[in-house]
Amino acid sequence: MAQVRVTVDGVNYADDVEPRMLLVQYLRERLGKTGTLIGCDTSNCGACTVSLNGQSVKSCSVLAVQADGTEVTTIEGLARDGQLHPVQSAFNECHGLQCGYCTPGMIMAAVDLLGDNPDPDEHEVREGIEGNLCRCTGYQNIVRSVQRAAQLMKPGASVPTETPAPVAGGN
Amino acid sequence: MIPSQFDYVKPASVDEAVQALVQAGEDAKILAGGQSLLPVLRLRLAAPSVVIDLGGIPELRTISDDGDRIAIGAMAPHHDVLRDDLVKQHVALLAQATSTVADPQVRHRGTLGGALAHADPAGDLGAVALALEAEFVIAGTSGTRTVTAADFFVDYFTTAIGEGEILTQVRFPKYTGWTSHYEKFNRTAQAWSMCAVAAALRIDGGTIAEARIGLTNMGTTPIRATGVEQALVGQSATADAVRAAAEHATEGTAAPSDADAAADYREHLARVLTGRAVLAAAG
Repeated sequence: MAQVRVTVDGVNYADDVEPRMLLVQYLRERLGKTGTLIGCDTSNCGACTVSLNGQSVKSCSVLAVQADGTEVTTIEGLARDGQLHPVQSAFNECHGLQCGYCTPGMIMAAVDLLGDNPDPDEHEVREGIEGNLCRCTGYQNIVRSVQRAAQLMKPGASVPTETPAPVAGGN
Repeated sequence: MIPSQFDYVKPASVDEAVQALVQAGEDAKILAGGQSLLPVLRLRLAAPSVVIDLGGIPELRTISDDGDRIAIGAMAPHHDVLRDDLVKQHVALLAQATSTVADPQVRHRGTLGGALAHADPAGDLGAVALALEAEFVIAGTSGTRTVTAADFFVDYFTTAIGEGEILTQVRFPKYTGWTSHYEKFNRTAQAWSMCAVAAALRIDGGTIAEARIGLTNMGTTPIRATGVEQALVGQSATADAVRAAAEHATEGTAAPSDADAAADYREHLARVLTGRAVLAAAG
């Protein structure tokens, strides 16, 4: 057993885990954070994307012990006081999903992208979500959603009712 | 799937890591960024008894100006390498190729040293290290030794790193003022290169004075296209001259045939992509 001390969605945890436990298993099975999904066995799909110290990672490709001492934000930690994060609002507004399976990872990747590049053009959005597969939408509405989120997150934007919540750790 | 059981060690220094590796014997695996190792463990293509995590050794992540070279710690993540000002100024080709590796999530975790030590012939960074004549610093029980890129890549997934040894640093000579381009060919997002060409040029008064060309996935190791380099020197970078030089791109290659492409198609790609890479590098 190895010990992991980690902050997840603002809450501190200390747990003994098997070294082979994946971060995604720890989040889902130990902490009950089932908003983070497992979509593949090959590290391709990105459904399990979370933020680790402010950077997007595929939580199937990180050991839980490697997250020791870090701050993790999952899709469940994005909303603040019942208000959706602007990226979540934009996906809702622009219908950036059909079945929804890729959505948690897609939103976490989009949050990371917009932290890096607050005003991406279409090509930059497509490059930025390259690590996330969607088998329903053809990506069109996802790209629109990310660009809409960029508008909502602009300083002084009048459209959103909520203020953008920074991801833990910042970028 | 879930990896099979292993013990986990997280040394705080290179010396401790080497000791842990020697103690664990040949059944140990080094964990760098884990973006190749974790999938392999999950699919149980490997089942090491001990995993040695280099993530607790901060000095392995530094990028520094080492006089006539840029020294990059083996654990520097791709995301850091491709944005680093020293790398962009003096080894631009490395930054360009690194920005094409996998996807943003993988580039946040994956490392330069991990990718080079893994030595997947479809990996993008080996061709750059070979073409730019990088040096590899390898630590073992009797201290460190330095290996040239030409000697580092031995075979399919095989390097000069011996048992009980760890890659700690990769040093690139400075190519300040050179122009460069990495031309990668794949068909879907985040796919490996079917073939790719790394090109760096020193252009003097409209003439190519020096050229460095490396090929990805054209054999069991990265390949240096010396025939192309020689044919380019002294030429002006016109489309005709570059295409003629690019005809040499398949010399010394042994392209694989697999589900992505047959060998003769890869050879065609190598010639075409070499032309594109050199013309793009020449601007």
